[in-house]
Amino acid sequence: MAPHDLRRPFKRRPISDQQKRRDLSLLRQSQHRSDAQQRARNLASSVISLQSSSSPDVDPETLSEPMPDVDTTGHESEASSFDIRQASSLRGPEARKWFASQLMLPEWMIDVPENLSRDWYVLARPAGKRCFVVSADGTTVSRLRNGSVLHHFPSALPGGARKKGVSGPAQSYSILDCIFHEADQTYYVIDMVCWRGYSLYECTAEFRFFWLQSKLDETGACGPPSFYHKFRFSVVPFYNCDQSGLHSAYTGSLPYVKDGLLFYNKHAHYHTGNTPLVLIWKDERCSQYVIDTDNNGQVPSQQHIVLELQDDGKIVTSDDPPVVVNCLNADFIKQSGLSPGSLVRFAIGDGGLNCVDGKFEKADLQYISVSNRARAFADSYSKIMFQYMARHSPLKAEDLASVISQENQQDKLPEVEMSD
Amino acid sequence: KLVAMEVTQLLLNAQSIDGTVRKHAEENLKLFQSQNLAGFLLSLAGELANDEKPVDSRKLAGLVLKNALDAKEQHRKYELVQRWLSLDMATKTQIRAFLLKTLSSPVPDVRSTASQVIAKVAGIELPQNQWPELVGSLLSNIHQLPAHVKQATLETLGYLCEEVSPDVVEQEHVNKILTAVVQGMNSAEGNNDVRLAATRALYMALGFAQANFNNDMERDYIMRVVCEATLSPEVKIRQAAFECLVSIASTYYEKLAHYMQDIFNITAKAVREDDESVALQAIEFWSSICDEEIDILEEYGGEFTGDSDVPCFYFTKQALPALVPLLLETLLKQEEDQDLDEGAWNIAMAGGTCLGLVARAVGDDIVPHVMPFIEEKISKPDWREREAATYAFGSILEGPSPDKLMTIVNAALTFMLNALTKDPSNHVKDTTAWTLGRMFEFLHGSTIETPIITQANCQQIITVLIQTMKDAPNVAEKACGALYFLAQGYEDIGPNSPLTPFFQEIIQSLLAVAHREDATESRLRTAAYEALNEVVRCSTDETSTMVLQLVPVIMLELHNTLEGEKLSSDEREKQNELQGLLCGCLQVIIQKLGSEPTKYVFMQHADQMMGLFLRVFGCRSATAHEEAMLAIGALAYAAGPDFAKYMPEFYKYLEMGLQNFEEYQVCAVTVGVIGDICRALEDKILPYCDGIMTQLLKDLSSNQLHRSVKPPIFSCFGDIALAIGENFEKYINYSMPMLQSAAELSAHASGADDEMTEYTNSLRNGILEAYSGIFQGFKNSPKTQLLIPYAPHILQFLDSIYMEKDMDEVVMKTAIGVLGDLADTLGSHVGGLIQQSVSSKEFLNECLSSDDHTIKEAAEWAKHAITRAISV
Repeated sequence: MAPHDLRRPFKRRPISDQQKRRDLSLLRQSQHRSDAQQRARNLASSVISLQSSSSPDVDPETLSEPMPDVDTTGHESEASSFDIRQASSLRGPEARKWFASQLMLPEWMIDVPENLSRDWYVLARPAGKRCFVVSADGTTVSRLRNGSVLHHFPSALPGGARKKGVSGPAQSYSILDCIFHEADQTYYVIDMVCWRGYSLYECTAEFRFFWLQSKLDETGACGPPSFYHKFRFSVVPFYNCDQSGLHSAYTGSLPYVKDGLLFYNKHAHYHTGNTPLVLIWKDERCSQYVIDTDNNGQVPSQQHIVLELQDDGKIVTSDDPPVVVNCLNADFIKQSGLSPGSLVRFAIGDGGLNCVDGKFEKADLQYISVSNRARAFADSYSKIMFQYMARHSPLKAEDLASVISQENQQDKLPEVEMSD
Repeated sequence: KLVAMEVTQLLLNAQSIDGTVRKHAEENLKLFQSQNLAGFLLSLAGELANDEKPVDSRKLAGLVLKNALDAKEQHRKYELVQRWLSLDMATKTQIRAFLLKTLSSPVPDVRSTASQVIAKVAGIELPQNQWPELVGSLLSNIHQLPAHVKQATLETLGYLCEEVSPDVVEQEHVNKILTAVVQGMNSAEGNNDVRLAATRALYMALGFAQANFNNDMERDYIMRVVCEATLSPEVKIRQAAFECLVSIASTYYEKLAHYMQDIFNITAKAVREDDESVALQAIEFWSSICDEEIDILEEYGGEFTGDSDVPCFYFTKQALPALVPLLLETLLKQEEDQDLDEGAWNIAMAGGTCLGLVARAVGDDIVPHVMPFIEEKISKPDWREREAATYAFGSILEGPSPDKLMTIVNAALTFMLNALTKDPSNHVKDTTAWTLGRMFEFLHGSTIETPIITQANCQQIITVLIQTMKDAPNVAEKACGALYFLAQGYEDIGPNSPLTPFFQEIIQSLLAVAHREDATESRLRTAAYEALNEVVRCSTDETSTMVLQLVPVIMLELHNTLEGEKLSSDEREKQNELQGLLCGCLQVIIQKLGSEPTKYVFMQHADQMMGLFLRVFGCRSATAHEEAMLAIGALAYAAGPDFAKYMPEFYKYLEMGLQNFEEYQVCAVTVGVIGDICRALEDKILPYCDGIMTQLLKDLSSNQLHRSVKPPIFSCFGDIALAIGENFEKYINYSMPMLQSAAELSAHASGADDEMTEYTNSLRNGILEAYSGIFQGFKNSPKTQLLIPYAPHILQFLDSIYMEKDMDEVVMKTAIGVLGDLADTLGSHVGGLIQQSVSSKEFLNECLSSDDHTIKEAAEWAKHAITRAISV
């Protein structure tokens, strides 16, 4: 029976900061719980009071909502959710618009972004058709940018074939951003948008690529074709955009035909529509299609561009907000049978283009025709400029390499820290 | 079958220095136990009782026997108790006889071991009404001649009182035990060993003496004997007697008035003259009296209303003129390096601590008793006098009113700042910095009318503190502590903080301190991060960009701790501690920046931060896990539905957390974080719910998990149900029966102590929150009918906790809310049932007239829902 320890805290606060953090967390949790319950109670009450009014119509705005709800059987979400599988039943221009708006579209690289080597990945884009591949409910569908179905097939993707014991929960589906490469009949995956029902829209490219690499292989989708797996899938190799990464992507030998280089900002989320955080760059060495061809596959002598006509006669690019290139007068519009929303094809005359701060100061445009119907969108500002530069003073591979080597010089300087 | 000789050898071998021999013996002992438990225990008892066996084998036999009866872990203990009870009576009788026989052994160690084993057996058997003759046979031992038998028997009685609850021993036996013990303490007892054993036994038996302390004559007798024992020539007896006084101070405070004068004299003499071990106990007596009075005064707001259970007798206040000088004298007896030794405890420290408690107990009255001492000594050449004066000053800052202290503190502030930069003594600077911290803690902040920190002196104070943070680690640590309270005082300052101009410098200085080579000494690094956290917590929008700049810095530091090099176990421990601190710091930052307008910019770090937290889970440290988990909870709240992207990776750590029974704090924190995630993800959490619910149900049925985690698990059911709505359907069949049986258990907590009542209420609250969440989740679903069968039980539960009359306000609010939710969700299906319930009448009315507006609000909602349900 030893005497009892008498020590009391000496020159100490009665509670530690850790305990304080714990207590504050508990307090926050219980406040939020009671807030959530309070909301639920208010909601319940308002539902009762609104019982007589009719259920809300489907809001057309929700068509462009980027992330469909995981749970389509959910109570509240039933009325407003509109997921990608329902969208599959859309036809014609609606479908085209919807699908086109779901893809992340690169801008063309017209100047070199900062911190290329630190913040960007580079990968060699396979030549082929860009498409969304959706696997769900025992089948896989690939859709082109214009919404039309490319293939309808069984695959080893989650839920991608009617086969027992492979897929996850019944409701889950996956969406991959791919390029279909005709020569070896392979879907080259360039991005992962949804995986087993989990949205990756709000994840950084760094995370999505990591996830893509680790998850795709697990499913067996990268294996050779079989009865339940009609096309092979393959992950496009990506590199940190340093000297050696750029070199590998640019000159390295790959199983597919290259069509330019894609640059992904590591921190960027999957942003639907045009984004400056993914860039495409091409030159003759890594692409057969540096300069746009016309409908017959010929490079026209003059650069052709497609612009959209607005209500007020302005002709604009597809950017958001649109960039005004020029203005058509009302008589001309009438004569040519154009209407607001028309996509119009022009050639660039000898007067050329002149831009200051992303605005056209001068554009020598020659009207050709109304564009063909397969198109959903006008050209973007960056595409017009890249094409123009490609014809006059292209951004060369050496320029990229020299920017990276300059950045490396700077990186060697000591970093400033906040501490002494 | 083993023979007795072999048991002896095995027990000796089990203590061999030769590892192989030892291991072999241990294995054989285990084998023996598993093959024949009764035989095993019997041969251990026989070994213990046999005076011809070696002492070492006998002692180990007793120890193994004791461990076969009791364990620390609750579930293991329960198993052992059941195992013993199921042994055959013949074996148990034989073992008991061996144990009692051992008390007569001439070998002291063996007797002492037997005492403890007997108490363990008693702890199991007395509540079952088994071994009724035990107390009788022990008492008959008391009258035996050999002193050593008497000593062993008293020791056994002491342990027995420690082991069993007073209500399983009849009052007649209690009286006899106390009589025997107190007689053994009496100065008439010539044998010091007997007297010491009796004194220590009384210490443990005091809890049994309720009735005797109510009887004036018996109490007088006990007190007289205890006080006499404090004067024994034997130091150990004096020390044990003071321990009894300390325990009496807290157990029988209200019975002491009559004895206080004598006790003061005894304690004063001990403090001034006796051995330190005795003096410390004497000071502790006064500290305990102060603890009691502080509690009483806090509970009754200082007003003696007549209906309080225990009145305050103001013993401290009455003793003040003599007690304060006594304590001040002790302050001068510092040890040279007590500030450098974490485990130090000496008379100066005890005296100063007691002085602080006295100040809290008496308030303003202490000031005039202490000021002359401070004024006289604060500038003396001897560091002991300066330190003692400073310590006295720091000690009395909590208790007296700000009005009483303000003038003195304002005058002292400049002096203290000066001492902090100029005093040559480390000791003085340590105490000075601590005292400044106390000034800021108690006399700076929005509630103080005339602040001690003004525009005029703010810069100087901060400059001195930052300078002091470069001093020796123990002094720097106190400076960080002072900064902590300096920041805390500006918690509710509004949009403009006086700290803003210094913010950057403060942050940089704290980071610099955290990076000092010697930062792991004297808790310095911890203190630096704690101060950093408080500075961030109390910062305003003006400085949010600077806090934002801190994010990558702290993340980088956390990243560095994760770069695994080969570390020694000591280095690893420090590394883990640092990880915990950094995760804690990030948690504070997340909470600061995770809402508008900084949220958007801040959340750009979220992916990377989450990646780091996930890596922390890869390291083995409960504290770091807990901190990372807390930080993730805060991040989930800030991220909202976007948090879904982390779930695939995070999920396994969530599961691991829920399985961590041993470090139950981690489990508890994880349960809380699931609530955060439910609210962030809402129905996107659905894919994970099977796993989470399975684990939560396992946790609830486990008897290994600390009970404090169970109420939050029930609340978590509610969070999940609210998030996933009618999808909760598939868990109904599992969760409802669990809730129902827990509800039955928690409905009646009658006769229990405060701690039990508190636990019961937290359990009730959890259960009720679960019901609320489930009802709300099913609201407006065609599946509500699934819940109708549970309505009668839930209403009954509400009725019974109402009748029990021991629920606290929190439970009251949740309970009335459940009544409303039930009515709202089930509507006319349960209209009749609701009308029959007591809750819908008396309880509802009571809540409607509550002073607490949150209860009133919930009650109004319930009333509304009930009206609707019964009107259809």
